[in-house]
Amino acid sequence: MQTEVLVIGAGVTGAGIARDLALRGISCIVAEQGDINSGASGGNHGLLHSGARYVASDREAAQECREEGEILKRLAPQCIEDCGGLFVAVKGDDEDYIAHFPDWCAKAGIAAHALSASQARALEPCLSPDVIAAYAVPDASIDPFKLALENLAHAKELAGARLLRRFRVQEFVIAQGRIARTRLVNTVSGEEIWVEAEQVVNATGAWAGRVAALAGADIPLLCSQGTLLVTHERIATRVINRLRKPGNGDILVPGGTVSILGTTSVTIDAPEKARPTVAEVDENLREAAPMIPSLRDIRYVRAYCGVRPLIRAGSEGGDGRSASRGFALFEHTDVGLSNFLTVSGGKLTTFRLMAERVGDVVARRLGNTNPCRTRQEPLPAVAACEWTEPGRGPKIWAMQHDAQDPLLCECEMISASAVQEIVDSCRDVFPDPGLQALGKRSRIGKGACQGAFCGVRVAAHLYDTGQMRSRDGLVKMREFFQERFKGQRPVLWNAQLVQAELAEALHCGLLGLELVDPKNPDKVLPS
Amino acid sequence: MTSSSFPHYDLAIIGTGLAGLAAAVCAVNRGLSVVQAGNTGAIAYTSGVFDVLGAIPPTEDGDIAVVDAPFAALPRLLAAYPGHPYAVVTPEGIRAAFHEVLDFLRGAGIVYHTGDQRNFAVIGPAGTIKHSWCVPETIMGGCTAFAAKAPCVIVGVERLKGFSAAQVVANLRGVWPQLRAAQVALPEHPGGEVYTEQAARMLEVPQLCRAFAEALRPLVDGVQYLGLPAILGVHRPGDVAADLSRQLGVTVFEIPTMPPGVPGIRLKEAFEDKLPEMGVALYCQQRMDGQLPPPGEPFRLHISGQPTEVDVLADHVLLATGRFLGGGLRGDLEGVVETVFGLPVVQPETRAQWHRADYLDPRGHEIHKAGICVDAQLRPVGPAGELIHPRLHVAGSLLANQDWIRMKCGAGVAIATAASAVEAVAKACAHGDGAT
Repeated sequence: MQTEVLVIGAGVTGAGIARDLALRGISCIVAEQGDINSGASGGNHGLLHSGARYVASDREAAQECREEGEILKRLAPQCIEDCGGLFVAVKGDDEDYIAHFPDWCAKAGIAAHALSASQARALEPCLSPDVIAAYAVPDASIDPFKLALENLAHAKELAGARLLRRFRVQEFVIAQGRIARTRLVNTVSGEEIWVEAEQVVNATGAWAGRVAALAGADIPLLCSQGTLLVTHERIATRVINRLRKPGNGDILVPGGTVSILGTTSVTIDAPEKARPTVAEVDENLREAAPMIPSLRDIRYVRAYCGVRPLIRAGSEGGDGRSASRGFALFEHTDVGLSNFLTVSGGKLTTFRLMAERVGDVVARRLGNTNPCRTRQEPLPAVAACEWTEPGRGPKIWAMQHDAQDPLLCECEMISASAVQEIVDSCRDVFPDPGLQALGKRSRIGKGACQGAFCGVRVAAHLYDTGQMRSRDGLVKMREFFQERFKGQRPVLWNAQLVQAELAEALHCGLLGLELVDPKNPDKVLPS
Repeated sequence: MTSSSFPHYDLAIIGTGLAGLAAAVCAVNRGLSVVQAGNTGAIAYTSGVFDVLGAIPPTEDGDIAVVDAPFAALPRLLAAYPGHPYAVVTPEGIRAAFHEVLDFLRGAGIVYHTGDQRNFAVIGPAGTIKHSWCVPETIMGGCTAFAAKAPCVIVGVERLKGFSAAQVVANLRGVWPQLRAAQVALPEHPGGEVYTEQAARMLEVPQLCRAFAEALRPLVDGVQYLGLPAILGVHRPGDVAADLSRQLGVTVFEIPTMPPGVPGIRLKEAFEDKLPEMGVALYCQQRMDGQLPPPGEPFRLHISGQPTEVDVLADHVLLATGRFLGGGLRGDLEGVVETVFGLPVVQPETRAQWHRADYLDPRGHEIHKAGICVDAQLRPVGPAGELIHPRLHVAGSLLANQDWIRMKCGAGVAIATAASAVEAVAKACAHGDGAT
């Protein structure tokens, strides 16, 4: 397989690079070991930072966030809810930090408007009566899945960019100071392919160190796990940040029909070890409750976590909170390579800028003189991507519900025809859509039942339409429920515990999925 | 009103799931006066298939042992899980309790078959096999067909979601070559989604049932059995199944569906219709609360919710409130609590230990083994084995040290412990060990 550029990693950065290159007339293959946004791009708040969070510690990152936030609001409004944000302090918070905040914001060019405590509580009634200071800032919420899918779709349309899902880089063959060939292995089937590319870009986030090491290069990365909680209902209209030095459980971001509370910072040694824990959930609740008291009592449907790839500055130690939120480019000329480039660190908010910088280097190396166009060119909306938008299902259903079209997902109101539309839209990318892939491209499994019921119904639908044909479908059902459980486990108390008991009664009590041997699914009668 | 003028019963049953149902039947059979309250809706969420023991999960590393002969496997279960509620009942007691409940259900028009020494292999809605000892007659045809691998067609119903005949067939065809899938529309359906309960009520109408038989007729060529999702009538399902079988010349059977399914709804309706006829003072969809009385005094219980709020007295109380779904237990951030009397709950030390990392871990999750510990008469005991109250009993899934979901022992534990607890109450009443 040959291509101009091989981009490794299909998070928002990889997707953004594919589009940046495509707008310069450069085509690429994007290889991804999991699925779109499997890493930090999928495991974050969905917060489009105004930059105000970083004004005290990292003015450069704050300014980047501000500029990029403004660009994205203009060019990709379909991915953004421009809800605005508040910074609020409560009794006992650091008075010094509060006093300096407006000045820091002004220096970073971020508009911060002072509000009285009563004004803030009138805007967001969930806020504690103990609020002592509040500022309005231009934060917003962004849908990272829609963003990645639309960047990839645009790259495909412009320059025929291809996505190879479930392909992991296994080996670089280096000759004469270049990566001559890259060996990729399918993580499901074991299929092996070779890609010959003029340029190779490593955009694998927390995995960047590992991929770079295959080429003999060293990337000083710190993996910092952050755990977030999804509420059953949306708690606030705006993004709400704690007005203090960044810490745990201090941001609540709206995500359509829900709110997302986070986060924590736990250093881990390998990104695949990331798992939201009960301790981190409790930490988030404990830290957030002084700002928004109801967060201790409301229902959460799941927790998830992401791994921040943080660039270690020099050789100093330090934890995840003190490391820079900035990004870094490594051109790898120090190890004698002329066609390899790594980008890591950074934030969801600055993904476009990261892609631009990568695009500049790659274009220069390829002798392509076309300038970056992602600062001017709007991101086209793609219809099938809209199923990731919370609340989209009910809107469509209410507008055009066809009585003959059963709702397979009752929590999020996704009908059989919508499932079919999603299946059809991604068939060219992967011919054998499992439940997990559908979940990533829609709200299926994201409502109150967390996939317990709709997973069974969608599986039945996939068998009925011939897309599942064997007991391998049972293995796919197992994988889907196991994956959803990772996020449910830390929030199983009260109502969600009830839901989980019902789910297990269905999956194990009635269907006996725990008895299906994933290595030998054809065995009908376990012995 | 003074407490002496409140209605006074031998036994108050809190809870209206399978354990509560079994307890009421056994209590009436023993001449006890019974008041009962609870949400009967939860029983509609049961599959309608009654398990005694279907699997023994490993306590450490290892595989799940699927159980073929449930009674013979009891010693093995108790060796691995010594505190399991089956430790306080006998195999004969389990059988006798089942037959008492099955006689009641037969009287309500729902016939069950038991497997004597062995479990039946029941076809599930995903085409997996469930091992169960006691099966509704309408579902038995599928067990027989599967055992013989007889020529059979599984028929799905258009727009009835969550049931795919193709799925059942795809997952069983490897061992059952003469199995095939088909799909029909439900005649005279008003359009839109088909719900199992609605379909079942339609098929009770003879002319609709005849029209359905005509729709099925082209599918029965060369087969001996025809399987449908469980929609063969809510009342007297055997009649609908027999009628269709006669018209088509094949054995028509049901496959249980996702909850709430029709076999569960049948139990709910049998419960609500027949228990009041038998003299049980039944308060459906109402709560019953109270406190543990001092020696010599009856329980004073408050029944709340719609339509009536009343106070009653009872000499004995049987708590059969179920687990989290039934409302008998509540999982707070700080720990698991019993919701009616605040009884001590055996549970993991911290919330982090409630669930294992892997959803389908063969050992199951520790939270499901949390619950109430009891003595030989099913009376709750505290951490040191001390009796909480001499006239309070517990039955069913609220009991500790069992995992009904993974062990497939829910119906057996419910029915056997309820019968055993009622037996203890009946003995106490006969000895005049009441409160007054």
